[in-house]
Amino acid sequence: MTKLVPVLSAHWDEKDSFTLEGYKRHGGYKAAEKALAMDPDAVIQLVKDSGLRGRGGAGFPTGMKWGFIPQGDNKDHYLVVNADESEPGTCKDMPLLMANPHVLVEGCIIACHAIRAKHAFIYIRGEVTHVARRLNQAIADAYAAGILGNGIDVVLHVGAGAYICGEETALLDSLEGFRGQPRLRPPFPAIAGLYARPTVVNNVESIASVPAIVMNGAEWYQSMGTEKSKGTTLYSLSGHVVNPGQFEAPLGITLREILDLAGGVRPGHKLKFWTPGGSSTPLFTDAHLDVPLDYEGVAAAGSMLGTKALQIFDETTCVVRAVLRWTEFYKHESCGKCTPCREGTWWLVQILRDLEDGKGTEADLAKLLDLCDNIMGRSFCALGDGATSPITSSIKYFRDEYIAHLTNGACPFDPVASTLFVGAGA
Amino acid sequence: MAFSSEDLSTMDSIIKRYPRSRSAIMPLLHFVQSKAGYVTNEGIEVIAKLLQLEAAEVTAVSTFYTQYKPTPVGEYHVGVCTNTLCAIMGGDAIFASLKDHLGIGNDEVTPDGKVSLEHIECNAACDYAPVVMANWEFYDNQTVESAKELVDSMRAGNPKPPTRGPNRLVTYKEASAVLAGLNDGLAHEGVQAGEPTLLGLKLSKEGK
Repeated sequence: MTKLVPVLSAHWDEKDSFTLEGYKRHGGYKAAEKALAMDPDAVIQLVKDSGLRGRGGAGFPTGMKWGFIPQGDNKDHYLVVNADESEPGTCKDMPLLMANPHVLVEGCIIACHAIRAKHAFIYIRGEVTHVARRLNQAIADAYAAGILGNGIDVVLHVGAGAYICGEETALLDSLEGFRGQPRLRPPFPAIAGLYARPTVVNNVESIASVPAIVMNGAEWYQSMGTEKSKGTTLYSLSGHVVNPGQFEAPLGITLREILDLAGGVRPGHKLKFWTPGGSSTPLFTDAHLDVPLDYEGVAAAGSMLGTKALQIFDETTCVVRAVLRWTEFYKHESCGKCTPCREGTWWLVQILRDLEDGKGTEADLAKLLDLCDNIMGRSFCALGDGATSPITSSIKYFRDEYIAHLTNGACPFDPVASTLFVGAGA
Repeated sequence: MAFSSEDLSTMDSIIKRYPRSRSAIMPLLHFVQSKAGYVTNEGIEVIAKLLQLEAAEVTAVSTFYTQYKPTPVGEYHVGVCTNTLCAIMGGDAIFASLKDHLGIGNDEVTPDGKVSLEHIECNAACDYAPVVMANWEFYDNQTVESAKELVDSMRAGNPKPPTRGPNRLVTYKEASAVLAGLNDGLAHEGVQAGEPTLLGLKLSKEGK
């Protein structure tokens, strides 16, 4: 049985965990002090040695990303923190920032020092007033205490409701004051990022993980997790479970273990399908309960660890309805730059709507898969790729359920049965 | 409405946050909404002038992002999450009942100007599903009944406070000022975390 290991979440249960005083009570900003006394290259090496990998979904080694920044180039360098958390099911960075914004500020200081940047920008999604408020206050308090402003500046930049801005190059365009549309790579942001200057773009959880690594050392971090997926991470459990919530555990814990901790699927029901890392990661079923939730384990089972957003759906849920809704989301959020994604997601929605209404034909399933083939890998960014994941995986595991809609002439499920307030008189 | 000299100096301070002025478009648009309640033509013109851009360039940015509203929203802008997980767990039922209860559709405002309604995408609070947002503050674990009570309290001029947010619900304009990066002094209010956020930590302390 894997034990929970709260590191990021260790002090979230203290009422003032979000204040400078609350943060300092547990050694806050000691790691920045320590890192600033180190050679920047030594900090990069430390993060490389820790094995920390990007927590925003792709799992790229954080230290290696920092190492890509050219040194001695006499150019401004930038750190950009991706706090645009919008992948459906993903809900780790917002509670982290609400409970402890200072850990991100401290991580920014360390990362800026390592990559020789004077400026960090935190790009937070716009639909979270209180989180923006807390983060802004934390930055202001850090300035007032002289922690920021001595060669390193942190600026909070609030988005305005565009999922695509979670994609790093669209985020950079948005931060430069343009419509948030992805850029062609190469050049990668490490060479030409914000204002065409060398830029590191990291997820909130990645940067927030750095202070503890600096304090406790690479070996400590290496001692947790699996062979290639080191450390602890936040798993976010939601949906048809008794107790949803955040579980910080070493990488490699299984859904079976997390479900046990959460009291299981809601009483009288059983697991039908789930996402390991948000809606852009192919669906899993009850056959995948023992897949180790690390980067390699989930990939070997045909999906992606993504953001570790474990969305649980029980047998009352119509998988066609679920997939249609996600597809409507991708269609709405496609930025329109690349034709396969813009047009493809539109057609996916048309076909799925017919299927959900029982009006399609079996040939539509082949057409859906063909469309997915023509969207996958054909755009500047991965939004279109993500849109195909729920479709191809649901047809793989639940083809019969699609067919049942056709033979039934309508959706065979009662939507009320899947709500939380079924039987509550609502 | 005209922008006062104080407004213009605030806008100037927003521009100064960035190495390049154009980066200030987004916070400036939030600021315009904090004054006018939506993105007015006048606001677009002022931003364009301050940043030495064409108004069309500012409009092109404004229309890309769903949070910038081309027409006035209510004093309390209510978003019901109808992305898959929330929808299935009750978001669809909540959205349908609020439309019926308020007599308005998606992206519409009640005649008294108090409440506007929008179905929104995933708002990063899935462990609190079904989620309703008001002026982008969290209202967790909603039901059809609790959501109706919430909008009733708004129309009565005494909105219920957010679940995880300040002690009172700020107005849409006030919230927009926060999103423009201005400090309203309310950061210390409200819980540091809700129960689901703390679940893993609690279990760990029990030896799990």
